[in-house]
Amino acid sequence: MTPEINRPLPRSWWLRKPAYFKFMIREMTSVAVLAYSLLIIWALWAAADAQSFSTFYDFLRSPLSIGLHAVVFGLAFYHTITWIALTPKVMVEWRGDERVDPDLIAWNIWLVFVLVTVIVLVLVLA
Amino acid sequence: MDVTERAVLEVYRYLPDQESEPRLQNYEITYRDDWVVLDALNHIKAEIDPTLSFRWSCRMGVCGSCGMMVNGEPKLTCETFVRDYTTETITIEPLAHFPVVRDLVINMEDFMEKLPTVSPWLIPDEDKPLEEGEYLQTPAQVAQYQQFSMCINCMLCYSACPVYGLDSAFTGPAALALAERYNLDSRDNGSKERANVVTAHEGIWECTYVGECTEVCPKGVDPAGAIQMLKLSSARDWAMSPLSLVMPRGGRS
Repeated sequence: MTPEINRPLPRSWWLRKPAYFKFMIREMTSVAVLAYSLLIIWALWAAADAQSFSTFYDFLRSPLSIGLHAVVFGLAFYHTITWIALTPKVMVEWRGDERVDPDLIAWNIWLVFVLVTVIVLVLVLA
Repeated sequence: MDVTERAVLEVYRYLPDQESEPRLQNYEITYRDDWVVLDALNHIKAEIDPTLSFRWSCRMGVCGSCGMMVNGEPKLTCETFVRDYTTETITIEPLAHFPVVRDLVINMEDFMEKLPTVSPWLIPDEDKPLEEGEYLQTPAQVAQYQQFSMCINCMLCYSACPVYGLDSAFTGPAALALAERYNLDSRDNGSKERANVVTAHEGIWECTYVGECTEVCPKGVDPAGAIQMLKLSSARDWAMSPLSLVMPRGGRS
């Protein structure tokens, strides 16, 4: 048999196509979620006494913290977009012989998402 | 339509009996407006260079033989029009992630070996004798799996899947979608039999849902959706089994 050519993927494979790049960004959103959960653990720990709480509070108000929050928010929101896009693929609903339009399911989840967001905002800002 | 235009096809060439390394070769052609990439390749083979090798058969998007990378995207060349490419050259390469045998011809053995491992055929509870007639289905029962039964085994999804590209042990999109196609069939009761392959490490759990298999599928099969459905049913089966109380996932008997 004549030799065959194998073409292994280069390490930069995810830079080749926008879709691959977006996939990597989605996977990276887990790091942001981890970072934010560490912040919340710090908050719990800081709540023990006034001194450490004021350190934590000062950090929250720092430009670094606000920048990090903006990045984490962006990534978490992107994660939400991909999650809602995936859900109707798994949630296969039938109305008689016809499959319920996946877009309809996705838009309904968006509707709930917006409603819950508004309620939480009202509760927090009130 | 006899309008002719000029195009340059940059074609991947590998002639193992003459050269040890692959190379790209340019062919300048004039093409008619209604030409697909496969027409252009057949023109090159007939008129310019008879040594060029590639697979094709039906010319109508059914046989699944003529899949190639066109400008880096897996495509059935019989339904990809030359006129839709505005780039200076159109690059034609063999399907990604498969070994190249010669020019645009890939070795598909790996896929052909994987396909039967998911038992892509009906496994009924018990075989009915012929005189009892067909296994009947309602239109609603057919609708459950029909989309996943449109697969023509063209392997474009394997070429789009970086998971398969990085680890060829992965069972892959088409084979797993076919497993789900039979799992969803009311005449079939073989999902337990398929589970060994489907829920193995190289099966559904290797999929990280890049989703490109679905994007490139010329038949609208949505293998990515099928795999996510399999993940859900597999997780549900595990959660419902008494084993889930004492053993982590993977503790199958």
